Amino acid sequence: MRLADMLAFAMGAINGQRGRTALVLLAMAIGVAAVVILTALGDGARRYVMAEFASLGTNLLIVLPGRTETAGMGAALMVSETPRDLTIEDAEALKRLPLVRRVAPVSLGSAAVSRKQREREVQIFGSSAELLTVRHLTMAQGRFLPESDLDRGQPVCVIGSNTRKELFAAEPALGQWLRIGDRRFRVIGVLASTGSSMGLDPEDVVIIPVASAQMLFNTTTLFRILIEGKNRESLPQIESYILKTLSERHQGEEDVTVVSQDAVLKTFDRILQALTLTLAGIAAISLAVAGILIMNVMLISLSQRLSEIGLLKALGAAPAQIRRLFLTEAALLSLLGAVLGLLLGLLGNYFVGRTYPAFPMSAPLWAIFAALLVSLVTGLVFGVMPARRAARLDPVQALMRR
Amino acid sequence: MTKLLELENLTRVFQVGEQTVHALNEVTLQIAQGEYLSIMGPSGSGKSTLLHILGLLDRADSGHYRLDGKDVTDLSDQQQAKIRRDRIGFVFQFFHLVPRLTAIENVELPLLLAGVAVDERRQRAEAVMASVGLSERSEHRPDQLSGGQRQRVAIARATIMEPMLLLADEPTGNLDSQSGREVIDIMEKLQQRGITLVVVTHDPVLGRRAHRQLKMVDGRIADDQYHQEGT
Repeated sequence: MRLADMLAFAMGAINGQRGRTALVLLAMAIGVAAVVILTALGDGARRYVMAEFASLGTNLLIVLPGRTETAGMGAALMVSETPRDLTIEDAEALKRLPLVRRVAPVSLGSAAVSRKQREREVQIFGSSAELLTVRHLTMAQGRFLPESDLDRGQPVCVIGSNTRKELFAAEPALGQWLRIGDRRFRVIGVLASTGSSMGLDPEDVVIIPVASAQMLFNTTTLFRILIEGKNRESLPQIESYILKTLSERHQGEEDVTVVSQDAVLKTFDRILQALTLTLAGIAAISLAVAGILIMNVMLISLSQRLSEIGLLKALGAAPAQIRRLFLTEAALLSLLGAVLGLLLGLLGNYFVGRTYPAFPMSAPLWAIFAALLVSLVTGLVFGVMPARRAARLDPVQALMRR
Repeated sequence: MTKLLELENLTRVFQVGEQTVHALNEVTLQIAQGEYLSIMGPSGSGKSTLLHILGLLDRADSGHYRLDGKDVTDLSDQQQAKIRRDRIGFVFQFFHLVPRLTAIENVELPLLLAGVAVDERRQRAEAVMASVGLSERSEHRPDQLSGGQRQRVAIARATIMEPMLLLADEPTGNLDSQSGREVIDIMEKLQQRGITLVVVTHDPVLGRRAHRQLKMVDGRIADDQYHQEGT
């Protein structure tokens, strides 16, 4: 039998049983649409988080005090020693390294910020003018911290938009004084609420010069040092410079950890990729349900078409031919359903995308192909049983029906 | 005359509940090329079973069946299907047309299964449709045709592969006498042109038209008579 004839015959059978066809198409379409929409959600979440990380700053290295090592239960664990602190002098030293473009020391703490009768507990970020570029922050009003030596603690601050609202309400904030802990600071700028949010909420924060923060918290240590390299390729080079410089400064002890943003990004990418796959797996269950429905409907259709099958056998259709005919029918049904579901899913993605424009909503290409492939395979797998049954039918029995 | 069909001690047993029923009991029969044979007998006498075995739709439990000198008893399903397709035509009481296909598409079905190209298919189908006088009805669906017309479509379909054997199971059982006669006329014309015609029927009038008349009782051939034409 020719392929074209087989397809035409199967199409005829599909077209001849509208109710059955509609049911199967619907089930298959829902399954495929679920795959497309859920993977789009998962992948959208991945790209959303990735974009957030990217806004953390490109070519970024983060220096943390202390050394994380993966050495089992060794002697090191027994005689663990407190790492030396990172200091402003360390940051100054790193600034002089080749290939380094910017260095922003960070001292982190939390303190009561008050103005007149209003008081709020807010995260205090001690840093330098470089933080603005390193962390891709934007200003809503005024200016950021002034360029000055790191050890000069000027009494100025930049506040988040929400902090401004809570402390100043409708009054202008620029040029006003507020109290942080037991010190007074003048507001010189307000952050825009957009921008990076990883570890630094630009709405609820007060940023002051790093030296001021150290005085405020009565400490000489830094929480971490952010370093921006000249380009991406130079990061490993810079990393070794940093380790060398700091161990020289720390009496030969390599007691800091350098984390590249790439490493963090990759970890998150893996986690979210797994999430997307999980969602796809859940959606695949609905495809399996659709497959079982196809099997049932094919079996019912079989009993309704007994005399047709008997006739085909009497006319000289070999068992293999009958089997192929029914498999073709199942495959066509599931493919049609899959295409319908694809349209449905893309439509769904379009509307979700329109409702939440900030969320990057589009199904990854692999998911679309996988959905099509899985639905085809499902149709074939669940079509095998009915097809075999049809091929094995006893023609005499089948023809006894009218 | 050459022997087209040779049955030798054919037995077909059915298990009905506890009972074993011999639908065919040691049937031995020879049918010559071009013969016109009717098989009559009461219900359950085995005449339909005999027809099914002749048409390779059913297999005997024992005995041998030679078709055109070749033993076909133990052929595989696939080989039997090919013989059915190329050499045997069936006409059924209930016509068995595929309802979603037009008359001519139904007629083309055997060619479709044989993988014949579209153009040749259409040409041959039109020719046989003309031979049963239904050229203008080609594009009608079965439910738009009368019973007699449907049976003529079925005959056209049974003969499109130019088989040597035409098997009819109660071909007029569902028709009024007028259309029944038309159907019989067409089949007898085919027989006159050389096809071997075997008709299973309850209808004594139809049965008596055949040149050779078998009567079956309880799975055996009870009577086997030759008659002159036109009795």
